[in-house]
Amino acid sequence: MTKKPAVLAGLVLATAALGAALAGTAASGGERSAAAKATVTLLVWDQEVRGGQNAAMNALNAAFQKRYPNIQIKRVAKSFTDLQTTLKLAASGPNPPDVVEANNGYSAMGPLVQAKLLMPLDRYAARYGWNARYSAGIRRMNMFSADGKRFGTGSLFGLPMTGEVVGVFYNKAKLRQLGLGVPKTFEQFETALAKAKAAGETPIQFGNLDKWPGIHMYEEPMLQDTPKTWARSWVFGAGVPSFENAGTKTAAATLRKWVENGYFTDGYAGLGYDPSWGDFGKGQGLFLVTGSWVTADLKKALGSGVGFFLLPPHAGRPLATLGGEGLPWAISSKTKNADAAAAYLDFITNARAAQVLADNGLLPAMKAPVKVPAGLDTEVYAAWKLANAKDAIVPYLDWATPTMYDTLTAAIQKLMAGKSTSAQFTAEVQKDYAAFHKGGS
Amino acid sequence: MGADPALTPGALAPAAPLARARGRRLTGERLRPPGEPRRAGYLFLLPALCVYAAFVLVPLGHTVWLSLHRWDGLLPMTWAGLGNYEQIVRDPGLRGAFGHAFVLIAFYALVPVSLGLVLVAALSRGRVRGQAAFRTVLFLPQVVPMVVVAVIWRLIYEPQHGSLNELLRAVGLGGLARPWLGDFTWALPAVGVVGTWVMSGLALVLFMAGVQKIPQSLYDAARVDGAGPLREFFAVTLPNLRGEIAVALTLTTIAALRNFDLVYLTTQGGPGDSTSVPAFQVYNRAFRVGQVGSAAAVGFTLACVIFLISFLITRIAERGQE
Repeated sequence: MTKKPAVLAGLVLATAALGAALAGTAASGGERSAAAKATVTLLVWDQEVRGGQNAAMNALNAAFQKRYPNIQIKRVAKSFTDLQTTLKLAASGPNPPDVVEANNGYSAMGPLVQAKLLMPLDRYAARYGWNARYSAGIRRMNMFSADGKRFGTGSLFGLPMTGEVVGVFYNKAKLRQLGLGVPKTFEQFETALAKAKAAGETPIQFGNLDKWPGIHMYEEPMLQDTPKTWARSWVFGAGVPSFENAGTKTAAATLRKWVENGYFTDGYAGLGYDPSWGDFGKGQGLFLVTGSWVTADLKKALGSGVGFFLLPPHAGRPLATLGGEGLPWAISSKTKNADAAAAYLDFITNARAAQVLADNGLLPAMKAPVKVPAGLDTEVYAAWKLANAKDAIVPYLDWATPTMYDTLTAAIQKLMAGKSTSAQFTAEVQKDYAAFHKGGS
Repeated sequence: MGADPALTPGALAPAAPLARARGRRLTGERLRPPGEPRRAGYLFLLPALCVYAAFVLVPLGHTVWLSLHRWDGLLPMTWAGLGNYEQIVRDPGLRGAFGHAFVLIAFYALVPVSLGLVLVAALSRGRVRGQAAFRTVLFLPQVVPMVVVAVIWRLIYEPQHGSLNELLRAVGLGGLARPWLGDFTWALPAVGVVGTWVMSGLALVLFMAGVQKIPQSLYDAARVDGAGPLREFFAVTLPNLRGEIAVALTLTTIAALRNFDLVYLTTQGGPGDSTSVPAFQVYNRAFRVGQVGSAAAVGFTLACVIFLISFLITRIAERGQE
């Protein structure tokens, strides 16, 4: 219902953009009759190259071209790594993409904002009603102060299209065999781990050779031991609260205890991420703590035998879970077709786009309700909606500084291997954090 | 340049009276001592020099320039002096990365070269049937792209279904089975062994080609003098392979020091920082973390280390020849 005025506004804007283009061509000596057919070309760089993502993008682009025949989309699809390594050079070059997916946080979006290469979107947000499209937690992930030094505050610089939530996939048959229901509290979750272990089952299917899964494995329990407001402030760098506190240390001790109790896959340290969830798909392991991005693959492997829940909080504590968004879509400050670019951003994040995403097995970042297939998709979508409704989503810890990914993943590997204590672990993380934040404020 | 060689005062001075005596027709060119190259010769070098300068010297100079700054790739750079180089010495992570590269030299260079020498000594003793087939098989790892090598070895090292651990369990050594690439002690040697596997074929093929050059008469003479296989190896084979050994050591050492792909694809420098190497740090800092200056400093230092080591290897090989 709310999308109608937005679409109307988009049309008005597109017309305005066309008008501007007309004026431009006319001024540069073009003939008016030729200019009437002239189109605005938007150079779009994205990294939506995998199966469902690519299909959704193609569908949305085709629909957009139909709606706005005067705007031509020139799409350049790159892999995530490729985009990440070329973005800065392209954005600062003479011919930057008009619309680009810029990774959140201090490593990509921050420097781009600082260099004034991204356009603040507040003007368009007000016009299109973008702020109402997302939950507060998600919206903050796309905000930066004008000087690019403060994350999670200030102006809106990007719009996410897809969302992701980290939780627990579980093998329904195995949980039933253990005589257990879906855990409602953290204590019940730990009981399930102990019971599974005693029954000779791998409680948590896990592989940490690729380093990043460790972040999820640590942060999920950590969010149950720390206030979510603190966790958010820490990631966004607001007020610079220390990582060395009781909650983070308790979580580190919990993780180490789980290793010692043998709750993780045997040889997890040398096991890659893909083989680990692949093994879960083959029926090995009771739980798999990971993100919604494996939903389609696990459904294919286990059918109705797999379920999903958010890691439950300690009794009496609020829900908090790790989650985020796909790369936010941003507009180059150098673009000559800002209005057309904004119309594009609006089009790929409106309620209809949300349904296109859902149809392709993706989780829309937007609040707009969508229809999803029954089974695992419904469970994951319900968890995502619940997390958004309760504003329970906390971003990834490695967003905190540009070097945090390396620091944190290495520190977690050391912690889990018993090479460092909980206190050493938190000190190591805080050292990286303090070094980055001592300059800016 | 347009500088007329005749106008160079130094070249002209001693011959000047003679030139004057014979008249102005004579130019400095004729007066050049025989065999002295004409300056015009440098013109012929120019095209190659331009290409070399454009693609090697200028980027190298630019890298050094970057290494003296702090730069995130976007904002204006700030002068850092030698700060980035100081960091290489101070930062235990970066120091460790260089240390790991030196450990890898043992696996990439020393072991393959020694192994190649032993094999070639055995092969040079007599005709081995199907030598060409052996050579091809041993050289194969060199032909396979590093990405494929990394994927294959990741499978071999996999903790549960990997063939290495399965083999250990099958022969009753299950106690030795471990998550090789995730083990703080064993990850670096595990990566190194892959290097040994890749490089051994190269060393062996080089040595086999070298051995074929050695005149049979030398071996015959050694045998007439009553040399055993060991003596024959040290008196004939080894000295005659000096050149090949230098080439093999240089190539494999460079491969060890600039190793990036294997680490990137197998361990990402982990667990902890136990397999981090300089080239991985260059990539990480330049493209992911936004510390371009530091990346340039690490890269330039690495280039210097590689240059120094290859220089030493060739010097030692040449000195031995005299």
